[in-house]
Amino acid sequence: MRRITAFALATLAALSLGGCELAHKVSGQNGYRGTGMDQVTVKKVAMAKDEVPPPPYDPPSNDGPRARESFQNLQVLGDESAEQLSYTMAAITAWVAPKEGCNYCHNPNNMASDELYTKVVARRMLQMTRNINHNWGAHVGQTGVTCYTCHRGQAVPAYNWALPPQGPNGIIGNRHGQDNPIDATGFSALPQASLALYLTGDPKRDQNIRVQSTSAHPSPADKTSVMQTENSYAVMVHVSKALGVNCTFCHNAQSFGTWPISTPKRAKAWYGIRMVREANGQYIGSLANVFPAYRKGPMGDPLKVSCATCHQGKNKPLGGYPMARDYHALWGAPGPNTVPATLPRPLLAPPPAQPVASAAPARANPAG
Amino acid sequence: MATYQNIFTQVQLRGEPEMGVALPPGSEARIGEGGFVHVLGLIGQAQIGPIYLGWTGLFSLIFGFTAFEIIGLNMLASVHWNPIQFVRLLPWLSLEPPGPEYGFTPFVPLAKGGWWIMAGFCLTTSVLLWWVRTYTRARALGMGTHVAWAFLSAIWLFLVLGFIRPFFMGSWAESVPFGIFPHLDWTAAFSIRYGNLFYNPFHCFSIAFLYGSTLLFAMHGATILAVGRYGGEREIEQITDRGTASERAALFWRWTMGFNATMESIHRWAWWFAVLTTLTGGIGILLTGTVVDNWYLWAQQHGYAPHYPATGVIDPATLGSAGK
Repeated sequence: MRRITAFALATLAALSLGGCELAHKVSGQNGYRGTGMDQVTVKKVAMAKDEVPPPPYDPPSNDGPRARESFQNLQVLGDESAEQLSYTMAAITAWVAPKEGCNYCHNPNNMASDELYTKVVARRMLQMTRNINHNWGAHVGQTGVTCYTCHRGQAVPAYNWALPPQGPNGIIGNRHGQDNPIDATGFSALPQASLALYLTGDPKRDQNIRVQSTSAHPSPADKTSVMQTENSYAVMVHVSKALGVNCTFCHNAQSFGTWPISTPKRAKAWYGIRMVREANGQYIGSLANVFPAYRKGPMGDPLKVSCATCHQGKNKPLGGYPMARDYHALWGAPGPNTVPATLPRPLLAPPPAQPVASAAPARANPAG
Repeated sequence: MATYQNIFTQVQLRGEPEMGVALPPGSEARIGEGGFVHVLGLIGQAQIGPIYLGWTGLFSLIFGFTAFEIIGLNMLASVHWNPIQFVRLLPWLSLEPPGPEYGFTPFVPLAKGGWWIMAGFCLTTSVLLWWVRTYTRARALGMGTHVAWAFLSAIWLFLVLGFIRPFFMGSWAESVPFGIFPHLDWTAAFSIRYGNLFYNPFHCFSIAFLYGSTLLFAMHGATILAVGRYGGEREIEQITDRGTASERAALFWRWTMGFNATMESIHRWAWWFAVLTTLTGGIGILLTGTVVDNWYLWAQQHGYAPHYPATGVIDPATLGSAGK
């Protein structure tokens, strides 16, 4: 009997450790004492170095003839120097299409041509980057962003999302878009597609994340149900996972909604949420007719950004490395929308990448 | 001596099964002759049966089984009737109440929460019939009805969560989904929505009584086991005829904390703590969203939540256009 009890206890102890994170952690206090304002960070993740690609060559000066005098069809970067333009193009190639090269966006016989859809997209994304660096200092500060912050050497950033497909109507196979242990919801049973309710940038679609009443007693102004609150909770889980932080990085758990006891990080995040909405609504959204179908989500909308697209598990993307300071061309005013209202059809997909080895398998989709 | 230090009952009696007192007129017959199970005897009475089912028991089981089937089959349908996925995902699966768009109408399409209403109705009927059963069976045995009233306190919390509060809020969407993790997510979301339930004083009462119940249970259980060698388990006789077990138990607590409950009063303590846990909990839930919409702000108004130094952070929504 004693042996069975000992065995049962040992098994129970081992099982109870199964859900534990055993790695070394550092903890720090980030609020008033005794209020549970603590950050616990897994050391290995927090200290991990990001590989930031160096500039293609020493950044050139921005003096000399303007790029628009030497090149044609420059709608965004014409104000930079010609040297600066070539430098920026070299960097973008390494950030977004290192394997495919210039031809991923350009027709090598006519670099000015907009016949490849990727060029129209890249131009608009340049404007988006400029908009973020130029107008969203409240979120990105002096660090700024580059194409690499999201792309990391891939044509499509790894952390993207799209509107969820309509679920079934009956009960068969219908889990109401929740009750699924996935990483995005922290393996809870919370709604999975909360981003689509808050971060599309479509003012008709995006809901207010705030669910708590601003008065102690009920009023007609605050009618959010508990069911709707679960969506808000889920989008906060997204932020927490994207940044690799606890709730108390921004909030005081005493009262999540109260600003005077929140940390300054919460205001940063507030601007970040609006920045993401603008990126999705005004920039990616304007490319809805440019992207080919295989670059879109199940509902036919372009792939969008979230907090995770840049942050990728860190509270500062790329560990806060100020990569954008080397790229003058990414800081200017974004300028008016460059996506034509009516597109000259057909826009082409980029040609397949040069096969690295002769035995490279044929691709089902056009490259990238 | 080791007899009293074991977590299992060491001595089991065997004889003719005990049939109990004669039933009052109008009762159904008891089912079965009674038998003995050794393993159950290790943790309780070894005799199983005879069982009194009666019509309340019968219908309670039928309604309970129906609710169980509605919930289980809905969950099974949600994974395309795949039994492997059903087992794998069971802790995550749920049967959700109707959405806010349906208000509190009882007529909701089955797939949109109608099944939830039906399951809730069957479960409530089952639980209430079982309550009637605990009441009438206690009366049939000439007992007091303490068990029934304690059970009713738990039913009160159950009904507040699933029916009474949604009724006052005018929305089924306020009530709890059936499901293991989904109901936990609901609990967290409920506290988030209503400004931190820890500032709800009735939630505080409920927690105090809940933890108090476990403390009293441990103190009482330990005391009786500790004086078991002097016949301490014959508690009720010792209310009137204090033996050495009762004397020693009382003296132990007077020595250690200056005060002791009696063999009778300790059971009142335990009963009231248990009953008040769900009674105060139900009041706290019922007030949430109906009378108080943000418990943190309410607690600040009443000097009940402490004011910590402000961090100087201002709501950016009050500062004009975002980020420009």
